Amino acid sequence: MTAELFVQYLFAGITYGAIYAIVAIGFNIIYNATGIINFAQGEFVMLGGMISITLLPIMPLWLAITTAVMLTMVFGALLEICFIRWLENPSVLRMIIITIGLSILTREAALHIWGESIRSLPYFIGDEVMTVALFGARISPQVLWVIGACGLMVIGLNIFFQTTSVGREMRACAANRRAALLCGINTRNMVTLSFMLSAGIGALAGCVMSPITSTQYDIGTGLAIKGFTVAILGGLGNAMAAVGAGLLLGILEAFSVSVLPLAFKDAIAIAILLLILFFRPHGLFGSRTAAGLKEF
Amino acid sequence: MKKLFPLAVLATLIIAIQLITGWTDTRFYLTQLTMSAYYALLIIGLCVVMGYAGQLSLGHAGFFAIGGYVSAALTTRNLEGLKDTVLIRLFDGLGLLVAGQDIYGDSLLVVTPWAACLAAVLCAGVIAWVLGIPVLKLKGHYLAMATLGFGIIIYRIVLASEVFGEADGISDVPSFPLLPGLSVSGDFGAREENYYIAWGLLIIGLVLLRNLVDSRVGRALRSIHGSEEAAEATGVDTARFKLQVFVISAVYAAVAGVFLTHYNGGIGPSEAGVMKSVRYVAIVAVGGMAHLWGAMVMGIVLNFLSLRGVFGSYDDAVFGFILIAIMLFAPNGILSWNWRGYGAMLLRRGRRRESLREKTDGLA
Amino acid sequence: MTIKRHGRKIALWAVMVLAITGMLLPASLYAAQTYKIGAILAVTGPASFLGGPEARTLEMLVDQTNAAGGINGQKIELIIKDSGGNPEKAISFAKQLIEEEKVLAVIGPSTSGETMKIKKIFEQAGTTLISCAAAEVIVNPVAQYVFKTPQKDSFAAQKIFQTMKAMGISKIAVLAGNTGFGKAGKAQLLKIAPEMGIEVVATEVYDKQSKDLSAVVAKIKANKDVQAVVNWSIVPAQAIVAKNMRQAGWDVPLFQSHGFGNIKYVEAAGAAAEGIIFPCGRLLVADQLPDGHPQKALLVDYIAGYEKKYQETASAFGGYAYDAFIILEAAMEKAGMDPAKIRDEIEKIQNLPGTSGVFSFSPQDHNGLDIDSFEMITVKDGKFVPYKGM
Repeated sequence: MTAELFVQYLFAGITYGAIYAIVAIGFNIIYNATGIINFAQGEFVMLGGMISITLLPIMPLWLAITTAVMLTMVFGALLEICFIRWLENPSVLRMIIITIGLSILTREAALHIWGESIRSLPYFIGDEVMTVALFGARISPQVLWVIGACGLMVIGLNIFFQTTSVGREMRACAANRRAALLCGINTRNMVTLSFMLSAGIGALAGCVMSPITSTQYDIGTGLAIKGFTVAILGGLGNAMAAVGAGLLLGILEAFSVSVLPLAFKDAIAIAILLLILFFRPHGLFGSRTAAGLKEF
Repeated sequence: MKKLFPLAVLATLIIAIQLITGWTDTRFYLTQLTMSAYYALLIIGLCVVMGYAGQLSLGHAGFFAIGGYVSAALTTRNLEGLKDTVLIRLFDGLGLLVAGQDIYGDSLLVVTPWAACLAAVLCAGVIAWVLGIPVLKLKGHYLAMATLGFGIIIYRIVLASEVFGEADGISDVPSFPLLPGLSVSGDFGAREENYYIAWGLLIIGLVLLRNLVDSRVGRALRSIHGSEEAAEATGVDTARFKLQVFVISAVYAAVAGVFLTHYNGGIGPSEAGVMKSVRYVAIVAVGGMAHLWGAMVMGIVLNFLSLRGVFGSYDDAVFGFILIAIMLFAPNGILSWNWRGYGAMLLRRGRRRESLREKTDGLA
Repeated sequence: MTIKRHGRKIALWAVMVLAITGMLLPASLYAAQTYKIGAILAVTGPASFLGGPEARTLEMLVDQTNAAGGINGQKIELIIKDSGGNPEKAISFAKQLIEEEKVLAVIGPSTSGETMKIKKIFEQAGTTLISCAAAEVIVNPVAQYVFKTPQKDSFAAQKIFQTMKAMGISKIAVLAGNTGFGKAGKAQLLKIAPEMGIEVVATEVYDKQSKDLSAVVAKIKANKDVQAVVNWSIVPAQAIVAKNMRQAGWDVPLFQSHGFGNIKYVEAAGAAAEGIIFPCGRLLVADQLPDGHPQKALLVDYIAGYEKKYQETASAFGGYAYDAFIILEAAMEKAGMDPAKIRDEIEKIQNLPGTSGVFSFSPQDHNGLDIDSFEMITVKDGKFVPYKGM
């Protein structure tokens, strides 16, 4: 393999990986706050892309994206308030099924609102054929946008969770909900907030990736499955490990193309996931004892 | 006797429907009723795994597809080119192969449906057993994800393999002669007998599962559902029972897959899709997780409506809606919702209001 | 306990009996005074980019025909069934339409997989099926009652190879989407390439929901022998191939199949679509056809009508349903309401202009189109224009 080809694969892998990581972070935020895996996470990504594309004719790009992120956050909050907030001690099984149902309904609603056709945002800089040469490989500037957005999101989330009081309260909820409640934290609002936050992250990802991947009503399910794989790979609940796991999976997938037919790519990602589940269910980067303390 | 009563009613109903459709010249309803019966067979198997053993499986469409695809591939793929290999000669000697002609008039050598059916069901059973050992140790989200992952792998394999017809699936699957003169096929002329084959199979499946549920295994399963730790502590070998039930339900799914594939004369990758698995879970949820009869009836009714296209373009949306509504308002299924209790509560409320009025009247 | 259990059981039986009697009510109260035709299309689901435009086209055509007085003075009644791309539903609907609705003929399904599953049912029932799916196996070998409107894959492959030879290309890479369309096309390309003296040095199949294909593009780009790429696919992901190729700085000619015949894909690929060459029906370049062309008036009319009614660009996919409808209409005008005669009349159709080409059927040819139904088209400034050589 030439150095040029290597770099090309690497960038392809990082692009997939960054997208998977963003979806996985969204999973983890909600999981930490509620113990729920939100199967509708991929739909936030789809909504972000779809809404911004719809708004684009009447406003500039940056405003369309901001509005789309805001609207998706409102949607996320509404989901939580309408369907999850008022359930008392729901079982894991029940929550999984409800979020799957929400995902299906959102997707079908999108189909009937926007139709089945494919849309995309314009490239933020340049156009479809513009490329940047990097270490002998050529990549689209939009790839840099995706990687940059992912990086900024990770840094921003870190600052938010470490320094702001709301962020700390959310972490307290994640660590021990009852104790947080006793300390006077409104845990219910924290759950709503976590849905908003993860919806916003998903929507932003949906906007930056739209020029590369295009947006269609049914992109959510595939992304959710990949994001879920990455979240488990990194260790459920560990937002930062998800970034590492996402990049790892993306790069593995990119390089797997060089030796195996492309048709089996997804099957391989899932097979890796199954192996991890069987042998290291606490994830590649998680610790066994910490995982043992979590409720399932 | 008490156990036989509902079965007798069901059998009467099945015969009555056939007779009524015969008289009113609406025999075409039997087509979808037959297909629904096969799906219901899968659903009662899933119901035992979900409701009685308490294990969520988001990959049951995978087992259905294994059954259907293996049987379809064996009965359609031409072995003529491999005719001289030892294995094929051995099979031929055992009477497992049939010769014929394909649509272009070339000679065709395929496996007989009976052998293919057994191979398919065995295949699903073995895969379930091998998969079940590690998977059933998982709980909650991990279990959901592992079974979902299994379903996706099967979907990917059938979609990427030449032998399974890639995106087109397998067509022209021959009919399946069960007994001389009685075969599983979708011909317009063979409708009545196929209706009885499907429902006969469903009733046999139901009786076997009922016996299982009422036996020692069933009690063990219920104890697992209640609390796995407690069951383990009282000496129940939870892992073994869970695995047994998982394999049994996979076999049910595979049998349903084999029969429906021969009935339809083909199978496509959509039968292995995630949406199918989710749909089966939805139906079990509506029928009531631990309620075999409920799951069966809902399996029939919902599949019947869906196959008739009653939901139009909202088919998936309807199932999504059902999932949410049931899980929010009646997590144990609509039939186990406490209608009587709800009615009594309304009555009580009314009475209380009356008595309150009496009191206030007295005060005035 | 027992009472409670019995109550539950009674409720169960009640639900079952109600549901079934509800279904047993007479379904067709209509008298057979209308031309009743059915359609099985993937309006939702993974193939909805085909089924959606097809269903809308049919609805529009039925409205237009009925507004103009119908066929032989009788109205047309159209029943569209959404299969979502599921073969088992297509099978159920096929039987339902034939026996219950007693339709005269059925248009669809949208995908080859579904068509192959229901072919036998139509043969048995003696009802005509006009498929909107592309795979050649649908009409080869000829089934008595099954027709199809999209052009044959083999013609598209031949057309592509002819253009390649004119350009002096002999070694190519083939990419295909993992749908029935991609599968059938890949098979035809691999079969015809040696006959035309072209060598396929690499093949890859990608997922219909792919998000980014830069890795696979890098892989085939590393093969220095490749002089051109054929991307045979009907799914939106094919636009990603174009983008990733150009982004990788790779400028070999990119050929596409007739599955690229939708301006949405050009929009999705943007500047990367420039210079793509593909064979397609003349619908895409209708406004640039010479005035005397037999298809011109009809194409311009269809495009204007569709775009006015649905505010979206007409594509070759909707055109497949359009052709199925006009073929059926022409046959029904002659045959009346006799389902057996409709089939015979379709076989007699000669020189009927449609969106995909000019149809001439025969007992041996149930597609009715020849290689001239394809025009090589290229993309210039974001628009389709006829390809005129280099």
